[in-house]
Amino acid sequence: MRVVLGEDHALLRDGLTRLLVAHDCDVVEAADTGPTLAAALTRHRPDVAVVDVRLPPTFTDEGLRAAIAARQVIPGLPVLVLSQYVEPLYARELLADRAGGVGYLLKDRVSQVAQFVDALRRVAAGGTAMDPEVVAQLLGGGRDRLAPLTAREQEVLALMAEGRTNAAIARALFVTEKAVGKHINNVFRKLDLPESADDNRRVLAVLAYLQHDPATDGPRR
Amino acid sequence: MTISAHRGLRWRLQLTGLALGLAVLYGVGIALFVLTVVGLPLSLVAGVGIPLTLAALLLTRGFTDLYRWAFARLLGVAIGRPYLPWPRGHLGSQLWQLLRTPTTWRDLLWLLLNAVVGLLAPVLVLALAGGVLWYASLPLLWAILDRAAGPEMAEWVLRTDFGFWAIDSQQTAYAGLAIAGGFALLWWLLTPHLLRGYARFCGTLLGPTGAATLAARVRQLTESRAETVDAQAAELRRIERDLHDGAQARLVSLGMSIGLAEELIRTDPEAAIRLLSEAREDSGEALAELRQLVRGMHPPVLADRGLPGGVAALAITHPLPVTVVDELPGRPPAPVESAAYFAVSEALTNISKHAGATAVEVRLAYADGRLVVTVTDDGRGGAQLVSGGGLRGVERRLSAFDGTVSLTSPAGGPTVVTMEIPCELSSAKTTPSSGTG
Repeated sequence: MRVVLGEDHALLRDGLTRLLVAHDCDVVEAADTGPTLAAALTRHRPDVAVVDVRLPPTFTDEGLRAAIAARQVIPGLPVLVLSQYVEPLYARELLADRAGGVGYLLKDRVSQVAQFVDALRRVAAGGTAMDPEVVAQLLGGGRDRLAPLTAREQEVLALMAEGRTNAAIARALFVTEKAVGKHINNVFRKLDLPESADDNRRVLAVLAYLQHDPATDGPRR
Repeated sequence: MTISAHRGLRWRLQLTGLALGLAVLYGVGIALFVLTVVGLPLSLVAGVGIPLTLAALLLTRGFTDLYRWAFARLLGVAIGRPYLPWPRGHLGSQLWQLLRTPTTWRDLLWLLLNAVVGLLAPVLVLALAGGVLWYASLPLLWAILDRAAGPEMAEWVLRTDFGFWAIDSQQTAYAGLAIAGGFALLWWLLTPHLLRGYARFCGTLLGPTGAATLAARVRQLTESRAETVDAQAAELRRIERDLHDGAQARLVSLGMSIGLAEELIRTDPEAAIRLLSEAREDSGEALAELRQLVRGMHPPVLADRGLPGGVAALAITHPLPVTVVDELPGRPPAPVESAAYFAVSEALTNISKHAGATAVEVRLAYADGRLVVTVTDDGRGGAQLVSGGGLRGVERRLSAFDGTVSLTSPAGGPTVVTMEIPCELSSAKTTPSSGTG
């Protein structure tokens, strides 16, 4: 798996590279600023990009924006964003093109190596991987839109948002995979997600979860 | 009061009423001056003089307040209140302190000057109005007197001889209407100017001097600085405590776990692995606590995206649908952004707790050198700025920036919280929204 890394902190960059190489990844370039990352992404078209939100020169959301811009040039370019903090607003922006292949995790999740590598592979395969903390923040808000869902369906949706497979959800909730499938279908129905494009419906569900109301779709400009 | 009302007939009638009131108050002013002038020397021999003078000074304050109120309401001439709080202590010390205050002497000077020229403007206005009434009623008066007592009697009562015009018949009486018209025109044109001029004359003595304004400002700044310093100190204590009890303790335990694991790794690898995984959990929790702490100090999204982004992020995690309307032409300074962000956060929390609303709108705008943030909800209304309440906390937070909080919340809603902070904006937005638009 070919990986482009965007991380300005030298220690973390080296650590991540070592970790990725140890798990059979080929780190084709490790960029340390927003512009070099953007260039590297379009030049190498990697199987997955691992990107820090904050990068020089502005030290704001340079990395996030480079990733989103790259996905406009290369639709569906898998991007796993790692950050010191998670922000639902950013998760929503990443998912906004509905193409899937997006992950957004706290940097500390890297220390759980197996789970991190699993998330990376999921993203590379076009799936999603949302940090439980994003999910928790949204659940804490008690979304209105999710009101029609039962408690169990919300649990399933939350795990789905984290990017888990039906089998993983079944394991986490101690139910059968079949039951999970049923819950997921109910979620799709209640969130009014179209029957077609089955592959993207999980992304759409997560997105619905993040975009509780179109009227609040970011600041108007 | 609107501009159109200012130009109207009703307004001039009100002003004429004001002139009448001023003419009456003129007498009260003279009485107050005399009272003070009599009271002051009596105070030297104590006895009844001190309370007498104090009463006179207190009444004078109320008296001048009446003028301030009337001028502001009817003429739009605002005269500030220069008074310090009424002094404390026994009566003698109260008087002594008042006599050392320039405003007391300015009030007295005003009473004196007002006694000399104070009648000028009101009397002129009343004379003009009286002229209108008198000349306009001449035809009617002639008709009544003529019928009741005959033309000679009427001519004698209404005698008016300008050489070119004498009232000696109903016809000549009608000419009074023309003169009334002239008076009416003068009354219409001059009344506002006469009274405004009078109000300005009063303002020079009754308003605060530059020094007084400055002193008041210094007092206000001192208070807000004290509050800011207190708040900062409390914040630092909280951060110190959180670091000490949280992340720091976890890092110590992390170090111990790793140390133990080192010792055990050869003799009991299983236990070493357990310790290491504990260590990893500790590091994760330490990070989570640090993150929480940073969010409480300065939310990263605010640093990244500025106020609109920060508020949009608040909107996402709010249980109600929150519409964010961003009309900011640039970025406010970071401390102002931060204060506004926490203020919005507090207002949103309040709404979710108390308002019973179904929708919220946050509007960010900039007008007259002020950042204006309005938070509107469609809840049940009846919100109040109570001490110890969240909005009062917002007020304190914003006072460090000379900011203000105002609230309208009629029963049944909607509730509008308006926060204003004077500041300059950086010329352009340095952080546009991301590529997703």
